[in-house]
Amino acid sequence: MSTLDRIDALRSEAESAIAAATTTASLEELRVRFLGRKAELPNLLRTVAELPPQERGRVGKAANQARQGLERLITERGAELEAAELQERLAADRVDVTLPGAPARPVGRHHLLTQTRREIEDVFAGLGFSVVEGPEVELVYYNFDALNHAPAHPARSTSDTFYVGGMEDVVLRTHTSPMQVRTMELRPPPIAIIVPGRVFRPDSDATHTPQFHQVEGLAVDVDITLADLKGTLLAFARAIFGEQREVRLRPHFFPFTEPSVEVDVTCFQCAGTGALAGGERCNLCKGTGWLEILGSGMVDPNVFGYVREHGYDPERVQGYAFGMGIERIAMLKHNVPDLRLFYDNDLRFLEQFG
Amino acid sequence: MRVPLRWLHDYTRPALSTRELATRLAMTGTEVERIHRHGVAALEHFVVGRVLTAERHPDADRLSVCSVAVGEGDTATIVCGAPNVAAGQTVAVARPGAVMPDGTVLGRAKLRGVASEGMILAEDEVGIGTAHDGIMVLDDLLPGGDGLVPGTPLSDVLPLETDVLELEITPNRPDCLGLYGVAREVHAATGAALAAPPWADDPGAAGLGHAPPGVEVGVESRDICPRFTARVFEDVAIGDSPPWLKARLMAAGQRPINNVVDITNYAMLLTGHPLHAFDLDRVAGGRLHVRRARAGETLTTLDDVVRELDPDMVVIEDGDGPTSLAGVMGGERSEVAPDTTRVLLEVAVWDGPNINRTSTRLNLRSEASSRFEKGLSPESCIEAQAVATRLMLELTGARLADGTVDAGGPGPAPAVIRLRDARVEGLLGMAVPRERSRATLPALGFGVADAADGLDVTVPHFRRNDVTREADLVEEVARLGALEDLPATIQANRTGRAGGLTAAQRLRRRAEDVLVGLGLHEVVGWSFTEPGVLDRLLLPAGDPMRDVVVLSNPLSEAQSILRPTLLASLLDVAARNRARGAGDLALFECGTVYRNGSGPLADEHTALAALVAGAALPASWRAPEPPRADFFAAKGVLDAVLRALRCAWRAEPAQRPFLHPGRAASVLVGEDPVGFLGELHPRVAAAWDFDEPVAVFAVDLDRVLPPLAEGVQTYRDLTSFPSLRQDIAVVVADDVPAQRVVDVVRAAGAPVLAGAEVFDVYRGAQLGAGRVSLALHLEFRAADRTLTDEDVAPARARVVAALRDQVGGELRG
Repeated sequence: MSTLDRIDALRSEAESAIAAATTTASLEELRVRFLGRKAELPNLLRTVAELPPQERGRVGKAANQARQGLERLITERGAELEAAELQERLAADRVDVTLPGAPARPVGRHHLLTQTRREIEDVFAGLGFSVVEGPEVELVYYNFDALNHAPAHPARSTSDTFYVGGMEDVVLRTHTSPMQVRTMELRPPPIAIIVPGRVFRPDSDATHTPQFHQVEGLAVDVDITLADLKGTLLAFARAIFGEQREVRLRPHFFPFTEPSVEVDVTCFQCAGTGALAGGERCNLCKGTGWLEILGSGMVDPNVFGYVREHGYDPERVQGYAFGMGIERIAMLKHNVPDLRLFYDNDLRFLEQFG
Repeated sequence: MRVPLRWLHDYTRPALSTRELATRLAMTGTEVERIHRHGVAALEHFVVGRVLTAERHPDADRLSVCSVAVGEGDTATIVCGAPNVAAGQTVAVARPGAVMPDGTVLGRAKLRGVASEGMILAEDEVGIGTAHDGIMVLDDLLPGGDGLVPGTPLSDVLPLETDVLELEITPNRPDCLGLYGVAREVHAATGAALAAPPWADDPGAAGLGHAPPGVEVGVESRDICPRFTARVFEDVAIGDSPPWLKARLMAAGQRPINNVVDITNYAMLLTGHPLHAFDLDRVAGGRLHVRRARAGETLTTLDDVVRELDPDMVVIEDGDGPTSLAGVMGGERSEVAPDTTRVLLEVAVWDGPNINRTSTRLNLRSEASSRFEKGLSPESCIEAQAVATRLMLELTGARLADGTVDAGGPGPAPAVIRLRDARVEGLLGMAVPRERSRATLPALGFGVADAADGLDVTVPHFRRNDVTREADLVEEVARLGALEDLPATIQANRTGRAGGLTAAQRLRRRAEDVLVGLGLHEVVGWSFTEPGVLDRLLLPAGDPMRDVVVLSNPLSEAQSILRPTLLASLLDVAARNRARGAGDLALFECGTVYRNGSGPLADEHTALAALVAGAALPASWRAPEPPRADFFAAKGVLDAVLRALRCAWRAEPAQRPFLHPGRAASVLVGEDPVGFLGELHPRVAAAWDFDEPVAVFAVDLDRVLPPLAEGVQTYRDLTSFPSLRQDIAVVVADDVPAQRVVDVVRAAGAPVLAGAEVFDVYRGAQLGAGRVSLALHLEFRAADRTLTDEDVAPARARVVAALRDQVGGELRG
């Protein structure tokens, strides 16, 4: 057998063995066997010098090629085997992925009243209204007088209003409306504000709590109309209750607006039909197709009379005001059956929202 | 205001169902609270009957077994308990199947063994009166009653049922507290014809302009009593009112008393204006005088209560002193009695605010006071007199003495207000055709005349107080039709502002969001609390938190003050949830707290408070026993919130009565104390049923947020050159606060030392008792180069020296 034949034979033997290797350890054995210091192929290379000169070139080249080829094969095969072995080790290192996660504290929740207040604030912020806040213990002047409540208006009575500290002129505000005049005293027209906040009335039953929350709105300029009120509240109703909603204005009476209207929105549960899919009467709107959401109207000229010197000449400026109950909006939207749940603060209630 | 529809139909009768009418009223500004049905149902089972025989029940002395003809030759056996039943009477019969006012369906029944096929009716049983002492004997009750044929439908002769609208009348519309006022509103809202008012034909018209003889009336307080009218009736026979009148009063919610009182009530319900009947023989000296009460003066009102009066109140006195509390309630002394024969009928108008004050101070509200306080018109005095006069003559056999007392006369001339077309459009955002207003306003009782730019509108007396300006007229034309067609537009924003939240409001949201992200649930507590909470918080006398806002008229003692701290409501919520089985609590609240202020208003601020108790983290399969919440759990939460707001703060030992004295801190921003942090005093925790640490903090957001809101972050280059980090451990005496060590290190290492934070605390025998080792991360930084250990060696040496000199610190290891 010529040397060249021997090289070929060694090469094919090694190639088969490498291909058959199943572990990195056995591959290492093959490397030693075929390419190690005592292996035949490297030794063949070392003996090239002893060959006749006309053979040296061919044999040397063949032996070198065989060695390089085998080294490459071993490297490649080694990478394959390492990857497979890593995969196997990882597969063995498995966890039960269905166990609960490590105990980072789960997030808490905003109270539903906060969530609703923020939704309302954000709608009106988008419509250009600034958010202002004011005192909860309030002067009768701002709560009633400057809002054009007649001296004998029943809302002033102790059965409708909490008075404070034995004083006749200090109350817990019964609405967020006092901020109308307070704000107009500070900012000349045009203005567009909303006033979220807590208000108080001495009622306590299934549909009244002695504290609750309102969002007041006030927009004043030289040309703001009742139609603008309707459009603004339509935008609000659609943002909160869905794009398909419509609103209607129903005449009413409030001392500080003229004309005054209550605003109804089409029922989102029955789409304003008054009937549910099964034909039964809609329980949310009691079959009327409409839900009352707030009271509003055009600011009464007498209210402007209280801030005339601040730039609110009743002959020159006009605008609208509205006031809505945050609890009412939240109850309607989230189907909360009882007002008192908001103040009970049971965690099983709180966790459902926010 | 209860409006019986059958009564309303005397004046207007729209071609609408009751429900449709209610909707139409609601859409034009008159809220309908409820629709009632007054009286009986299944009318076919109510008939006229004639008692043929009435025998004593064999087994019951008080029952009679009657044979009653009920029409078409039928005879029914009816057992009757009334003492007045007798053969030959024409009676009202309910037969089986009849539905009584309370909804029960009449069946056949055996009474003491005798089958009864129905009932012979007393007036209270069908809601046309309150008497139950006997059956209705129609022969006496109805003109021509004895001629009624048995079997005649009872509803042909008695008002057995009516729908009743219960209206919510807004305080600006006292005219709609009268049925005719409602009829006018219905007329305007529906277009149904309106009959002439019931006062159109006044039987006393001839006597207007002079007073009747023998009566003297003086009005001293003209400001309180703009008009006082009176008429005198002689030969009055007090008795029952006829069924039709009683039925109407009942349906409207009034109890029939006797014919004279019933007439005053009926006239009030119809006209809206209260009347008062005096027994003229009990008016001492035949003389009435209106004046302010004297301090300490007393009067026994009709409800048999002795009232002490004050000089703001107005009385009507006779020769013997006060006999009536003007506008509120009559006096007992001059009340109409069964033997009354001479009646003085007073119809006056009183100043609304004065009546309101009087009834509020005396806590005495009456049908009269609630009407007068809304402000009635002087003109309607005579309208009420006219209605009552006709009924007095018809129903009591009385004779009207010639003349009418009239002190004050009609009110001021009606106002004429220009309603400009342009103003209507400008306010509504929609034009209303002038022709429409020209029809709408007269239907409501306004006069209209054309003007160049609109209409000149004359305001009727019954709207005098309500409609005084152009805007009020715009409302009238808007509500009757125009609103339905209103477009929806949005105003231009010329405020020069983008709208939205202030920076402080955004930061408050951020604080809340961080707390929620940290796993705390937000609660919304009561502003009200009970005074006892101050004791449970162990607040000593004179503690500033005891200077609470006190309600003058609380709903209860438990809700009689306003919370001076969020702890009150937060602990209530925590305790309630704990009692319901929630073991681990992490709660916060953001809300107002109150103390007395220096002026009339309270000192309020928005506080942010949190409470943690139980496990600081949820237990899990990996860590079945997580650490319990304590001071540091609360501090970690507070630190996370304030760091998120980029608020530099520190805690300093401080005492609060309600906090654990060894685990209490003041929260300082700069040198400003903005709140507290700590574990609750165990006695306070126990007062809310907690027997383990409860850690809390509360900060005043009104002090924390505004300075932060002004801050804008400006760029600093922290990336071009890396910082150098080193650790240092120092042993100090146990009573040296860690914050003090950090402060010393920072001061000494500045400016190259950029940060220093405690990362380990060690106490052990090898340090010796009373010694503690604090390990700190130090971070050095230069803006212009990468620092080496040699670069920072001088700063580090300064730190070591400062620790040695200022806090007795020794470097460890």
